[in-house]
Amino acid sequence: MEVSIWLANSWAFLLATAVFIYVVLDGFDLGLGILYPLFAKKEERDLLMNSVAPVWDGNETWLVLGGGGLFAAFPMAYAIIMPALYAPIIAMLLALIFRGVAFEYRWRTKRWLRYWDLAFIGGSVVAAFSQGVALGALLQGIEVDGRAYGGGWFDWLSPFSLMTGVAVVVGYALLGSTWLVMKLEGDIQERARKFAWTFGIGTIGFILAASLATPFLENAYYQRWFTFPNILITAPVPLAVAAIAFLMFRSLTVNKHEYRPFILALSLFALCFAGLGVSMYPYIIPTEVTIADAATPFKSQIFMFVGACVLIPIILAYTGYAYWVFRGKMDPNEGYH
Amino acid sequence: MFAEFDAVLLARIQFAFTVAFHFIFPAFSIGLASYLAVLNGLYLWKKDEAYLRLFNFWIKIFAVAFAMGVVSGITMSYQFGTNWSVFSDIAGPVLGPLMAYEVLTAFFLEAGFLGIMLFGRKRVGPTLHMVACLAVAFGTALSATWILSVNSWMHTPAGFAVSETGQFVPVNWMEIIFNPSFPYRLAHTLTAAYLTTAFIIGGVGAYHLLRGQRENPGVRTMFSMAMWMAAIVAPLQIVLGDLHGLNTLEHQPQKVMAMEGHYESHPEGAPLYLFGIPDDEAQELKYAVGIPKLSSLILEHDPNAPMEGLDTIPDDEQPPVAIVFWSFRIMVGLGFLMLGVGAFSLYARWRKGLYDNKWLHRAALLTSPAGLVAVIAGWITTEVGRQPYTVYGQLRTVDSVSPLAAPAVGASLMAFIVIYFFVFGAGVFYILRLMHTPPHLGEETMEETRDGPIRTSGITPAAQVGAEGVQTPHPEPGPAE
Ligand code: HDD
Ligand code: HEM
Ligand code: HEM
Repeated sequence: MEVSIWLANSWAFLLATAVFIYVVLDGFDLGLGILYPLFAKKEERDLLMNSVAPVWDGNETWLVLGGGGLFAAFPMAYAIIMPALYAPIIAMLLALIFRGVAFEYRWRTKRWLRYWDLAFIGGSVVAAFSQGVALGALLQGIEVDGRAYGGGWFDWLSPFSLMTGVAVVVGYALLGSTWLVMKLEGDIQERARKFAWTFGIGTIGFILAASLATPFLENAYYQRWFTFPNILITAPVPLAVAAIAFLMFRSLTVNKHEYRPFILALSLFALCFAGLGVSMYPYIIPTEVTIADAATPFKSQIFMFVGACVLIPIILAYTGYAYWVFRGKMDPNEGYH
Repeated sequence: MFAEFDAVLLARIQFAFTVAFHFIFPAFSIGLASYLAVLNGLYLWKKDEAYLRLFNFWIKIFAVAFAMGVVSGITMSYQFGTNWSVFSDIAGPVLGPLMAYEVLTAFFLEAGFLGIMLFGRKRVGPTLHMVACLAVAFGTALSATWILSVNSWMHTPAGFAVSETGQFVPVNWMEIIFNPSFPYRLAHTLTAAYLTTAFIIGGVGAYHLLRGQRENPGVRTMFSMAMWMAAIVAPLQIVLGDLHGLNTLEHQPQKVMAMEGHYESHPEGAPLYLFGIPDDEAQELKYAVGIPKLSSLILEHDPNAPMEGLDTIPDDEQPPVAIVFWSFRIMVGLGFLMLGVGAFSLYARWRKGLYDNKWLHRAALLTSPAGLVAVIAGWITTEVGRQPYTVYGQLRTVDSVSPLAAPAVGASLMAFIVIYFFVFGAGVFYILRLMHTPPHLGEETMEETRDGPIRTSGITPAAQVGAEGVQTPHPEPGPAE
């Protein structure tokens, strides 16, 4: 059964794109859950939740595509990663349950409102944290035995994975607050700006910490980042991060832009993602399983690839349309406007 | 609590539990999405307020059920990897692409248009809103189609080869997707979803008729529509079930032997057992009560046709009989019960007593969860009857499971059970509460119930109803029919 390298690489790229889209889309709506405790009044919370109510389900579907796509294109990697990350994955799924139902339950009760708000907060924080832990655990390396996971139950747990967990929570809070800057007006927008500033600093801090730690996790990462001539390609990444961070803070404080902070925060995530890609390629499970090792046969990959090339643009088009329909500032007096 | 179980059994229980829970919501929301599209279409066409009121009544229920379906479904798509990693590795090249297509064609469609369907009527205008309703209805049915193709392939694998790494690899996609049991399973399961929904809607209608809402046009319309569905679809479902069974007999004979409780072969025509206690150890059906030769007549269309029993199957290839035997009887029994309610409604309609026959209303109320129970019972029949295989004849369940440790699975299983009962229990409670308030004039829309206190005062006073301390609004004089 022949495997095609260009196709496997294209799939890897496509999956990375799906995961990236997931991270930014669900990132900002999980971020709202993380910010929820900072908005205490019921009316404010109504606004926050309504700003994503029409789109959260679509945002989360990218996660299903990430998991489903990994299963479809790289089943061996899926079969190793899922048991290896058993605890964080199960925690994420359970957290997403609490958070997802809160979107509907919250409006169906008064007595329990507080508890579903808590479910929304807890679900969002735990889901974001588990995703970060999973990322960290993948980066620090997974023990592989043949075609299966060979490690123990708590291998995922390390200071590094805990740090990436917190980093993702903070990063999502940044996305969430810049989203609010874009969707809200007046006093509450001003507060969102302040939060964006705080979480922006936090995010930059974590990016720094993670970037410093990653190259020392595995020799391969180190080789990639700090040896000549690779350094010529990798050096601009941190510079670009610094430039974007500067623009973002200026946009938040000096110019008080409405849309730009959100876009800049997204770019920050995109850069980190690109950095991750540089670290990991050509591995899908760092230093153990390559993209080519884990790929399904040509016949499986091409069957989906053709479909994906046709369908993803269509999906992006109608998803874009749905965002367009619910565009603009939220009017606190009118629910959806 | 689960200390004495091994990891495989725990993983199976966890998967069965989560998938059974998941399926409850799609079984209802597939049907309800189509019902909402029909209601919206009828409203746009006839401009009759009763349809709009029904649409707004059911869409709030739909939103809650759909959210539960989505979150329990996301769990499913990761469970394949966490609990069945060996299966995922081996079957991935064949099944993965089908599930990826499900995401790309169906899940995105539903999720993308859901927001517009729920909140967008005023923003996009009636035509596009109708399109969104249709897209969601179509998306739910399409997602069932793909996942049922996946599931059917596990029952009747076709169009594949085994590679040198031991994986199943695709040879012919058409044969994989349209594998032998797929058309039957699809028809029977989708129909089950519509029937399930019809009985729930009928039950809600009956409830309000019993509570003196006879003149409420919304209540009348919903009850009448549901009873038409019951009368037409229940018999259809029995026919489809029979065809499905014949197909299973051809491809998975030992499952049918277990369903029928046929431990021994019957060279001169097999009886249809109505009752009995299966005993796998002794390989016999104790206290059997049966009708001679009827099973041969149903399955082979000849009362004297010989039928083989489980005595022709090696012990380690047999499914556990008792579960299959009983869950099958529960499903079929409920099928005939639903047929009975459908027939009763036709009689009442003919006697012009559809809205007055208290016994019909009581029957409809009592049978309203029948579809849900039948659906679960049917799935248990199918899946347990496939044992000891996950991919029938190819890959055994014991060889599919992840390298898991019992304490880890045990802990996650406990967490799933507690959280599911709590979270989905609350959701069911909110749904029942929404159902409890009859659809009324000016039934508030999704947007109106979500505005919070700022807006609801003034524009739609009724919007406060339906939250805590429900008051039942007053039957209002509907336009006489
Ligand atoms: C409202 C739900 C409902 C009702 C009333 C019935 N069924 Fe059913 N049945 C299902 C819902 C269902 C299901 C949930 O959709 C199943 C499970 C898996 C599948 O393919 O369909 C199923 C499976 C299933 C199977 C197993 C097929 C297999 O394992 O390959 C058979 C033989 C039947 N059904 C036959 C019947 C008969 C003869 C019925 C007559 C009363 C009947 N069903 C009523
Ligand atoms: C259509 C998608 C489905 C797929 C792909 C699927 C797949 C599987 C798999 C992989 C297993 C584990 C192996 C095993 O123990 O047999 C399983 C078992 C099981 N499934 Fe399904 N399933 C599906 C739908 C359902 C539904 C909707 C239900 C119930 C409502 C269900 C009920 C069960 C049960 C009860 C078992 C346990 C059988 C046993 O272990 O004895 N399944 N299924
Ligand atoms: C193991 C089997 C299954 C898996 C892995 C699975 C996976 C999923 C996922 C990930 C979602 C969420 C989609 C979203 O984000 O919008 C979902 C929802 C849904 N699933 Fe499943 N599913 C399974 C079994 C089934 C079965 C057997 C059916 C129907 C026959 C079904 C029908 C649906 C439908 C209609 C939805 C939309 C949500 C809803 O209606 O409540 N699924 N499923």
